[in-house]
Amino acid sequence: MNVTLRIWRQANASAKGQMVTYQVQDVSKDMSFLEMLDMLNEQLSVSGEEPVAFDHDCREGICGMCGVVINGLAHGGAQTTTCQLHMRHFEDGAVIDIEPWRAGSFPVIKDLVVDRTAFDRIIQAGGFISSNTGSAPDAHAAPVGKLQADRAFDAATCIGCGACVAACPNGSAMLFTSAKITHLAMLPQGQPERYLRVKSMVAQHDEEGFGGCTNIGECAAVCPKQIPLDVISQLNRDLIASLFKKDGK
Amino acid sequence: MAITGLILIGFLLIHMYGNLKAFSGADAYNHYAEWLKTEVLYPLIPKGQFIWIFRAFMLAAIVLHIGAAWHLTKRAHAARSTKYVAKKTIQQTYESRMMRWGGVILAALLVFHLAQFTVQAIHFGFKPGAGAYEMVVAEFQMFPMVLLYAVWVGVVCIHIRHGFWSAFATLGANTSAKAREVLNALAWVVAVLLFVGFMAMPVAVLAGVIK
Ligand code: SF4
Ligand code: FES
Repeated sequence: MNVTLRIWRQANASAKGQMVTYQVQDVSKDMSFLEMLDMLNEQLSVSGEEPVAFDHDCREGICGMCGVVINGLAHGGAQTTTCQLHMRHFEDGAVIDIEPWRAGSFPVIKDLVVDRTAFDRIIQAGGFISSNTGSAPDAHAAPVGKLQADRAFDAATCIGCGACVAACPNGSAMLFTSAKITHLAMLPQGQPERYLRVKSMVAQHDEEGFGGCTNIGECAAVCPKQIPLDVISQLNRDLIASLFKKDGK
Repeated sequence: MAITGLILIGFLLIHMYGNLKAFSGADAYNHYAEWLKTEVLYPLIPKGQFIWIFRAFMLAAIVLHIGAAWHLTKRAHAARSTKYVAKKTIQQTYESRMMRWGGVILAALLVFHLAQFTVQAIHFGFKPGAGAYEMVVAEFQMFPMVLLYAVWVGVVCIHIRHGFWSAFATLGANTSAKAREVLNALAWVVAVLLFVGFMAMPVAVLAGVIK
């Protein structure tokens, strides 16, 4: 198949970017989206042009590096990661727009690559548990109910890709932040720091300049890990509870 | 945002119920209007005082609601300083997209509404100082006024369709896919109920059922 790509090219963080059109011929339907971009880059290298910079790492949907907005939808809107999106998703002769995540807190580094360290700082603000190290505790020493375990596990599948921010009309990172809050709030290990955690993570979220959630739901609709919207209500519950409760009491 | 929004929705439900008193005739309606202005909570609170406490409370709710909306809008614009060249959406409803501009429109028409019926600075078809019943009957015998009112109430109800569910989600009630369905359905019920309830009286006046 042949495709026409319109890709955001931006030389560096301070340069002005623009959409540039490229043609890629003889793309196999079984290629992943990133392999198709690799083809384009080979083509560009051969002709002496600067290849398109895009982020990627695992290429198997688990690292969260590869996010771009494809035809106006984060990861192409297929609820999967860009690396797991295949060219059979598109028609022969399709015109495909490719842009970086657009968020004030995710500045473009080059072309399609953005700086997502704001997410790391939100995690550093409280997305962890503190424990004294030593020998590993016995398995089943801290029993967890089946429902809580499932919920914690589902929330923990967030790969920090940032699609939720990219899709949100408010540029809010609430789905990401809430996924971590829900993951730890469901488990006994998360309890000792539960209320301090929610306060500091939300404070860091706002500090980074992400927008506020107005319950639109665009985030959950593009999340490659199907993190459900209700994790945000879990965060709100914990945040409200933190007004009245203190950790350790 | 959520708490003040729910307060305002609560007020609208009571206001709508009160308007339906017009179906019981001029005396009942006027008496109700008079009671609201002078006698609520009397003798606990001196005559004519409660209404001012209530107005101050409503004004505070509105100001805080608009303030919160302003703050959220500013944050949202800062968070998406560079726009997408091509942007599509999957999930968002028309109602949720209309929250900001709808809010501005409904606030402007609220000023018009208060200027007519509360302050009586603007008056179509009735003289200042007219009784409540006389006032609404004179007003809603005019088709353009009913139409404008319908547009306004429509904008309000569209705002509430998203606002109602969103307020509960913010307060932590969106706990599952099922809860999400229930809250959204309830939001529809409240929005439709308010629209029908508020439009019943003006339409009845226009049709000559209330005169
Ligand atoms: S919540 Fe979903 S969309 Fe957001 S960062 Fe995590 S995996 Fe990506
Ligand atoms: S490259 Fe790792 S998730 Fe796509």
